[in-house]
Amino acid sequence: MLTDALTLDFADASPPRPAYTGRVRAAPRRARPIPTAPIAETKPTVQPATDDIDWSAVLLRVRDSRDNAAFAALFRHFAPRVKAFLMKSGADATLAEECAQDVMATLWHKAHLYDPARASVATWIFTIARNRRIDALRRARRPEPEDLTWGPDHEPDQADVLAQRQDSARLGAALTQLPPKQRELIEQAYFGDRTHTEIAAATGLPLGTIKSRIRLALDRLRHELK
Amino acid sequence: MTTMTIQHHLTDDLLMGYAAGTLPEAFSLVVAVHLSLCDDCRARSEAYEAVGGSLLGALETADLAEDSLQATLRRIAAGPPTERVRKAGGLFPAPLQDYVGGDLAAVRWRPVGMGVRQAILRTDRGASARLLYIPAGAAVPDHGHRGRELTLVLQGAFRDEDGRFGPGDVEIADEAVQHTPTAEAGLPCICLAATDAPLRFRSLIPRLAQPFFRI
Ligand SMILES: [Zn+2]
Repeated sequence: MLTDALTLDFADASPPRPAYTGRVRAAPRRARPIPTAPIAETKPTVQPATDDIDWSAVLLRVRDSRDNAAFAALFRHFAPRVKAFLMKSGADATLAEECAQDVMATLWHKAHLYDPARASVATWIFTIARNRRIDALRRARRPEPEDLTWGPDHEPDQADVLAQRQDSARLGAALTQLPPKQRELIEQAYFGDRTHTEIAAATGLPLGTIKSRIRLALDRLRHELK
Repeated sequence: MTTMTIQHHLTDDLLMGYAAGTLPEAFSLVVAVHLSLCDDCRARSEAYEAVGGSLLGALETADLAEDSLQATLRRIAAGPPTERVRKAGGLFPAPLQDYVGGDLAAVRWRPVGMGVRQAILRTDRGASARLLYIPAGAAVPDHGHRGRELTLVLQGAFRDEDGRFGPGDVEIADEAVQHTPTAEAGLPCICLAATDAPLRFRSLIPRLAQPFFRI
């Protein structure tokens, strides 16, 4: 979807961000997946890794018009992955199924909070699933930072939305290019619901090694994204 | 607290653990409070969430129950979960107010000696969180650590061997650190501290008293 021309287009055309009203704190920087070089310097060649469906647009149809078909499409794609995520984290199939349904219902109810300039749909669903996991498997609360408040008319900048999509695609591609061992460690850090200490115990590697390997893997990712 | 200059930030380790959801609740609370005050760390944390999103998106799928979508639509029809109303404004950022049940005035302090007061916050068992009140100019009892300790300043400032820590700053102390924090003159220093091991006070507060503090 992201053609070279498009990439160059929005690099040249990014307009100044309008001043938002109603914020509680001084201008928060919009978060991007992994700090990257300015848009103008990005590699224009990377395509979305697995498919090129614009899930943000699909989710916005749920958000804006409560579109059942759009929700069903999101469900078919993401629910089986959310369930897999929960099972990898130690939930049995029954609990994982129940939580996956819950996560997808939350997606419907909270669709108005989704900001396509800030996160991909996969990332947003990941955070919902992660919180559900903390609640279901650990019975702990999840402390969340203060909400960023935007003005009532806040509509994300299209250039930001495109930049988010492009960053996510490049991040996905970078992850698939990691050596298998490094990728495995990062997966365990996210999906295993295990701390670095516990990963060390499970793999027999000393903690310092684990930490430095994870760091190495993330450095590699950052490098890919430069 | 709108324009604070934060000097001491969170490590990648903590930000990744927070994004992955693997930190003990008490540490996550300190991270969430810092992210409420620090846009840089918030951006880095969201980058780590994007890594989680990419991994999730690339997972091999698990088989759903046959009526999974129908069951989900029934959940949706049952209505949204009740939204917690978050308190905002005041000295404490929203995540801290969620745990205290209000701002500074709602804290139930207990004296621990030498004018120092603390209040334990309820979190899961992996680590403990508490608020500390240190009178201006007072020293916190010299202590070492068996585990990791995060200390975030909410008001006032303290100094120790690692430098000066003002509002929003986080000191990350590991096993080896022996430090002697002293509150600066001016306002009393109020901190949020989380540790995954009991503190070992070396002086001022008798060891025997520790179980009563539940730290
Ligand atoms: Zn920071």
